[in-house]
Amino acid sequence: MPADENRPDLTDLDEGTPHGGGGSHPAIAPGPGPRALAAREVLRDVPRVPGAPKPDPVLVADGVVRRFGGLTAVDVQHVEFQRGAITALIGPNGAGKTTFFNLLTGFDRPDEGSWTFEGRSLARVPAHRVARRGMVRTFQLTKALSRLTVIENMRLGATGQVGERLLSAMFRRVWRGQEDSNTRRADELLRRFKLDAKREDFAGSLSGGQRKLLEMARALMTEPRLVMLDEPMAGVNPALTQSLLGHVKDLREQGMTVVFVEHDMDMVRDISDWVVVMAQGTVVAEGPPDAVMADPAVIDAYLGGHHDAPLTEEDEAEQIAAAEAELEREHDQEVGR
Amino acid sequence: MDWSSILGNTARAAIGLETVIYALAAIGLNVQFGYAGLLNFGQAAFVAVGAYGIAVTVTVLGLPFWLGVVVGLVAAVLLAVLLGIPTLRLRADYLAIATIAAAEIVRLTVRSATLRDQTGGSSGLSGFAEGFYDLSPFTPGQSYGFGPWVFGARLAWILLVGWVLVAVCCLVVFLLMRSPWGRVLKGIREDEDAVRSLGKNVYAYKMQALVIGGVIGALAGFVFGVGRASVQPDLYGTELTFFVYTVLLLGGAARVLGPVVGAAIFWVALVLIENVLVQAVGAGYVPDWLMSSTQVGQVRFMLVGLALMLLMIFRPQGIFGDRRELAIDAR
Repeated sequence: MPADENRPDLTDLDEGTPHGGGGSHPAIAPGPGPRALAAREVLRDVPRVPGAPKPDPVLVADGVVRRFGGLTAVDVQHVEFQRGAITALIGPNGAGKTTFFNLLTGFDRPDEGSWTFEGRSLARVPAHRVARRGMVRTFQLTKALSRLTVIENMRLGATGQVGERLLSAMFRRVWRGQEDSNTRRADELLRRFKLDAKREDFAGSLSGGQRKLLEMARALMTEPRLVMLDEPMAGVNPALTQSLLGHVKDLREQGMTVVFVEHDMDMVRDISDWVVVMAQGTVVAEGPPDAVMADPAVIDAYLGGHHDAPLTEEDEAEQIAAAEAELEREHDQEVGR
Repeated sequence: MDWSSILGNTARAAIGLETVIYALAAIGLNVQFGYAGLLNFGQAAFVAVGAYGIAVTVTVLGLPFWLGVVVGLVAAVLLAVLLGIPTLRLRADYLAIATIAAAEIVRLTVRSATLRDQTGGSSGLSGFAEGFYDLSPFTPGQSYGFGPWVFGARLAWILLVGWVLVAVCCLVVFLLMRSPWGRVLKGIREDEDAVRSLGKNVYAYKMQALVIGGVIGALAGFVFGVGRASVQPDLYGTELTFFVYTVLLLGGAARVLGPVVGAAIFWVALVLIENVLVQAVGAGYVPDWLMSSTQVGQVRFMLVGLALMLLMIFRPQGIFGDRRELAIDAR
């Protein structure tokens, strides 16, 4: 939707956010907030090995395996996610990140394995119950509910609504109060995400970046304690990236835990406290962003191991020599005939 | 050509028995397809279940009329649950396949020779409607109404009850769809995974929508069976379902009054074209080599089809639809 990105109304969305000078909100304040410092402090002494135990894990997965026919898409031995931190889940295409996400949030069922959220098992718990327990997710391909207005999208996010039960739905008196308070909360979030001007528009008329913002704001309506973001930056106009980053950091400042899948390494370095690297379905490395990105195992995972590794000069000379010898041999055979 | 007869018939069609039946069936389908996005291609089965519920209970079991209504409603709920359990967890197209097959199974079962004693086979059942007409406040032999809308006592009674049912169903749909419950349904139509990720039990909502739509379809069956005072299996074929879809799209899906307006337009168009053609052939305006009076029945459907195509081209959102929504859909 490149045409949409150029729409003039996008400008009021970006105003003030990219350089952190604009608002009074903590999301926009420059530098790491108190919770970011705390999270990094806590994670400093965690060993940098796959499956490392965390001081206060909120989400723990054990032996989670998912096979599609003969292909093992996910085979995670053990991984823990620290409460109150932003953890990035990175890895090359096809590493199983999104599949792992789907398994953890109940959108797919693993062949084996168990995992707990806040100490309670989530194995075989359906997706909607996972969300009700306080673990909400967003999707790689944004799922704005196109033919609902922005505010209706937001209201839908609120949990425990009396008016969503069939028998009480027909009687407005029963749910009106709750609806009003949900609407107030929704309006507050829309202001924070600078979508309040779009309140009555159909969600389908928003630009790609605005949909990402709406999806995140809508997820927050469920009052989650753990937010799982699947590629929050995919398809987002660079001008909106900073604003989105600010919002993600803001979640941590409000005491939420964030786990996100991302390809953009600058973003990973910028906002994550901890990075878990997946390749071919398994966790191959974890640690703080800078340490992980220097890890040879991670570079191998991204560049496809030794097969495509850049040649050293000696190797190159050797290979050229071998090729020339081969050519010469062929030439000799031709002549000899 | 007798224009007063043509216009009179057309005016009566606007609120006639067929309009009531199709309006009710389409209101039910609107809950399923218009709001929840469920592809129910078996609405004819729900209509049949309602009609046969009364017919079998009264004629075969000899039970009172009101019990037949209860049987029809319970059967519609059971049919919806039976169809929903295996298909609602799967992709949308599975429901479409299962419902179209189920509708044919229902029709072929009630017309089978083996069940002739229970359902009357291919000739159906009759003589079950008197319990309903006994309740009528209108005097037999008298006419009721005003202007062109004058009906005999029996028709006036079933039309009165039918339109009350339409009004009640529209009110229920209106109340449900402005509520948070209706919002969840519309969300499911847009993207059920998104709704699931927000903690809603999508499966339960889809089941509720299927049951409510099916029960309203059974109400259409009551009016259909009682209005004709008979049931015949071949009236509940797949074309009934497709006409109901036509009516719904004509009026505008996901609009409370869309099905009612759609049904009225559909039958007004059909009756008007039929009457004009019959009179034109009779008066010799249409040459014999082009069309005979026996071919009018087929030709009217061709012309209605043409009119519908034009409507969908120039007003694809239906009469009540919102063009803004359609523009989004096309992305």
